[in-house]
Amino acid sequence: MNTTNRNTEITLLARSAPYGSGAAKLCLDVSIAAAVFEQTVNYIFLDDGIYQVLDEQDASAINSKSFGKTLEALGLYGIEKLYVDEDSLRKRNLSTNQLLPQVELVNVEAIKKFINQSKFVLTL
Amino acid sequence: MKFSLVVHSAPYSSQSAATALHFAQQLLIQGHEIYRLFFFGDGAHNASKLAVVPQDETHIQQQWDSLIAENNIDSVVCVSSALKRGIINLEESNRHDLKSISLSDSSEVAGLGQLIDASINSDRLMNFG
Repeated sequence: MNTTNRNTEITLLARSAPYGSGAAKLCLDVSIAAAVFEQTVNYIFLDDGIYQVLDEQDASAINSKSFGKTLEALGLYGIEKLYVDEDSLRKRNLSTNQLLPQVELVNVEAIKKFINQSKFVLTL
Repeated sequence: MKFSLVVHSAPYSSQSAATALHFAQQLLIQGHEIYRLFFFGDGAHNASKLAVVPQDETHIQQQWDSLIAENNIDSVVCVSSALKRGIINLEESNRHDLKSISLSDSSEVAGLGQLIDASINSDRLMNFG
């Protein structure tokens, strides 16, 4: 790889619940890879994806690691904010105090803007 | 235009992998360039050379293999997706003492850095699956 030092913006749309499929984990892996290669990552949770950012997840009953714990550690890679679609939150009757502390609510206009200014959008 | 394709879906389970294959074939017919194919998650199964498909059905893995080999396309399978799905090259087969190889000769395994690199260096990056 010769040109990865060029900084581009990448938007990840996490739309799947954390444990039912491998999608959430794949999306997380891409976010870490992008951050390691010094790209700007907009990590956006919408639809069932917002269950990934629920605080106090406990996946021990299915022998899984808590997905929320892993997301919390993303700050180490320079991903400080996790964006959450406010519509998806409202539709599931959840509120921000049930979510991880680094979550920031965004509306559909803000998400459109992230997508527009990104070189690469990945939905998982 | 320079394209890269990310394929997330296994062949035969849904139409998505076949759509990606047809898209890739059409890109070259229409004079575009493919910078990289990246097989991710279940998409790793597209790079298996051990699949046997009934004669009256499309052999998706074989078609990928010919497309990649004939056009000298850079084709990468995410290494962690590949290993846990049994998509194994010679090096990994030796390392884990597996005595078999399933990765198509036309593809290689590599890390997610190759996906980020493709996103930077392609004009368009298309997701399938």
